Amino acid sequence: MKLLLKGARVVDPASGIDGIRDVLVDGDRISRVDTSIPAEAAVGAAIVELGSSLVVVPGLIDMHVHLREPGYEHKETVATGTASAVAGGFTAVACMPNTNPVNDNASVTRFILKQAAAANLARVYPIGAVSNGSNGEHLAEIADMREAGCVAFSDDGRPVATAALMRRALEYAGMFNMPIIDHCEDRSLAGEGVAHEGFHAAQLGLRGIPAAAEDVMVDRDIVLAHATGGHVHIAHVSTAGALRAVQAGKSRGARVTCEVTPHHLTLSDERLRAPLIYDTNLKMNPPLRGTTDRDALLAGIRDGSIDVIATDHAPHHADDKRVEFDRASFGIVGLETAVSLGFDRLVHAGIIGIGRLVELFSVNPARILKVPGGRIASGDMADITILAPDLPVTVAAAAFRSKARNTPFDGWSLRGGVAATIVGGRVVFANTAVPQAAGLERRERRET
Amino acid sequence: MSETASRLRGKDLLGIADLDVSEINLILDTAEAMKEVASRPIKKVPTLRGKTVINLFFEPSTRTRTSFEIAEKRLSADTLNIAIAMSSVVKGETLIDTALNLEAMAPAIMVVRHSSSGACHLLARTCRAGIVNAGDGTHEHPTQGLLDAFTIRERKGRIAGLKIAIVGDLLHSRVFRSNILLLTKLGAEVWACGPPTLMPPELDRLGVHATTRVDEAVDGADAIMMLRIQLERMQGGFFPSLREYFTVFGMTPERVRLAKPDAIIMHPGPMNRGVEIASEVADGPASVILDQVTNGVAVRMAVLYLLAGGGENEVAA
Ligand SMILES: [Zn+2]
Ligand SMILES: [Zn+2]
Repeated sequence: MKLLLKGARVVDPASGIDGIRDVLVDGDRISRVDTSIPAEAAVGAAIVELGSSLVVVPGLIDMHVHLREPGYEHKETVATGTASAVAGGFTAVACMPNTNPVNDNASVTRFILKQAAAANLARVYPIGAVSNGSNGEHLAEIADMREAGCVAFSDDGRPVATAALMRRALEYAGMFNMPIIDHCEDRSLAGEGVAHEGFHAAQLGLRGIPAAAEDVMVDRDIVLAHATGGHVHIAHVSTAGALRAVQAGKSRGARVTCEVTPHHLTLSDERLRAPLIYDTNLKMNPPLRGTTDRDALLAGIRDGSIDVIATDHAPHHADDKRVEFDRASFGIVGLETAVSLGFDRLVHAGIIGIGRLVELFSVNPARILKVPGGRIASGDMADITILAPDLPVTVAAAAFRSKARNTPFDGWSLRGGVAATIVGGRVVFANTAVPQAAGLERRERRET
Repeated sequence: MSETASRLRGKDLLGIADLDVSEINLILDTAEAMKEVASRPIKKVPTLRGKTVINLFFEPSTRTRTSFEIAEKRLSADTLNIAIAMSSVVKGETLIDTALNLEAMAPAIMVVRHSSSGACHLLARTCRAGIVNAGDGTHEHPTQGLLDAFTIRERKGRIAGLKIAIVGDLLHSRVFRSNILLLTKLGAEVWACGPPTLMPPELDRLGVHATTRVDEAVDGADAIMMLRIQLERMQGGFFPSLREYFTVFGMTPERVRLAKPDAIIMHPGPMNRGVEIASEVADGPASVILDQVTNGVAVRMAVLYLLAGGGENEVAA
């Protein structure tokens, strides 16, 4: 099956392309990218006129999501999570191992991949646990899980418990040139905290998580990455101090990369008081930090020191959030709001251009995880996201493909969204609100 | 002359944060009238007759619950005390389930004490009944703040311009949070003092003077308000020992002498004698600790009256 995408703006920083191009997809591959591909060169192709208001980019990759299966299928499944992913423009997601059982051995990895194959929507790259049960004691079978398909290792939900374990993990995974992804939080400092330690938590009487809880562990990890030569990827950086540590680590040659979430770029702890006080949809870990932290993260997005935007998509059942703030589960969903927040708050706000957005959402996650993607060139896998930069979007949690509704962005009006998502040459999502996507949608129905 | 509202804006009293100065003055002025009721031979008025008030306590507190209960009885309300151990919450019934079940009894007011900050806000959003916060986590304890302000005003005739020192565990104290909001709104100069390990961050943004030196806090003070040290916090390692705490922060007669000659000594109770306060100070002539207890009933009567009494009743009469 062939598909000819005509006349869109193609933004592909990896190939240095930012201009009007035609893209020919043949089967699961991109067969040609050119300023103009005549119909006779695409015999048998479905031709879709996209027009220059839409932007064709390499498929977006969210390298930090929680799919909850196995074990917490009432919150999310691989099928609903990947449906949420493609609706959010993601052609691939990397899923954290804090399932039940924990993805700490190849049989769980294979189960997740089997569920992903059955769902047949976004690609799923499992992340294996660093330690058995993620309990911080004994290294999990990293080589075995790599063989089964894991692309990185993390005890996310918790930090890698001790410096000694982190050192061994970096050394051992370093043998395969694979990253350790760390949720940096010194538990002795974070204590029973539920919100950023600062003025607002103090006034609301919420136990605080100090910025230092994150900063000291980022420093620890970078020291160890430098000493071992291993690659540490700092998950969901939320503080100015942690970002400074990453910048310093990079400049002295440590192998360190980092990600931030859309919510840490758009919200701060002030939000805990208004418009709704004690809104449990603002309870996440790391917590929403102060405005100076948020501004530092925005500067890091602009100056290139932040490598990736990842959502930390953390679906929860409504019952887990409709309780007292300190009893509520940590985390929010993010797959279906990330692109709109990125456009509205970063691109349209003049902080970055679309090319940099593509680096953050596609090129760099592919590079860090060493998975295919991040490029639109002849011969590449046809994982393509079509963006609609000016599409008016009103976030409607009730309409999410995710099982979960826990978002603080419900009802927000944003500019920019997803027109369509193509995985391996197959249209897996077409947004009916975008007229040009109609041709793609018909194609989707035909195929299914 | 203080500006005075004629009613409260909301159906609930969740915290001092939501009250403006005119509402605060309305409550304090109403409490004065209520205190007069308490001086009568028959200490009862029919204001809340036929209305149900539920005291819903998820955390034990004999003092606060008793004070509310007396206030409710003096207003002739039908009262219902429900104590819920947190263990039954652990069993799976959520706070919202509990409250919605109680709403079936059509209470006018639910007085709620809970160990989680913001629990009363969650209930106020969910329930038709008025919610009175009787202490939520480490957030607020508004009626305690109001009774403290009432006691100061009664003794000093005013609050604006007074220097008030608050000494103790500032971090975990909901009494402290309500008091700083209230006293700064009313124009007092508030000094907050405690060990740095028990101080919330960015205290200065709350409009108070923060210090770790007790002598500086009480110097020239018109009122000294001691906060309770929760003995169970000792395990948290916030300070080395009770003995050392008393040496550094305890309120002794010598320290009281640094305050104004007519300064008053306050404590929300229950006291740890010899930890935060010496017995000579607690039982001394400057102590208004028992007045605070008496005034607590009047202030709570005022709050209940303003939220559940008033208009409707007068029309019926
Ligand atoms: Zn995490
Ligand atoms: Zn996570």
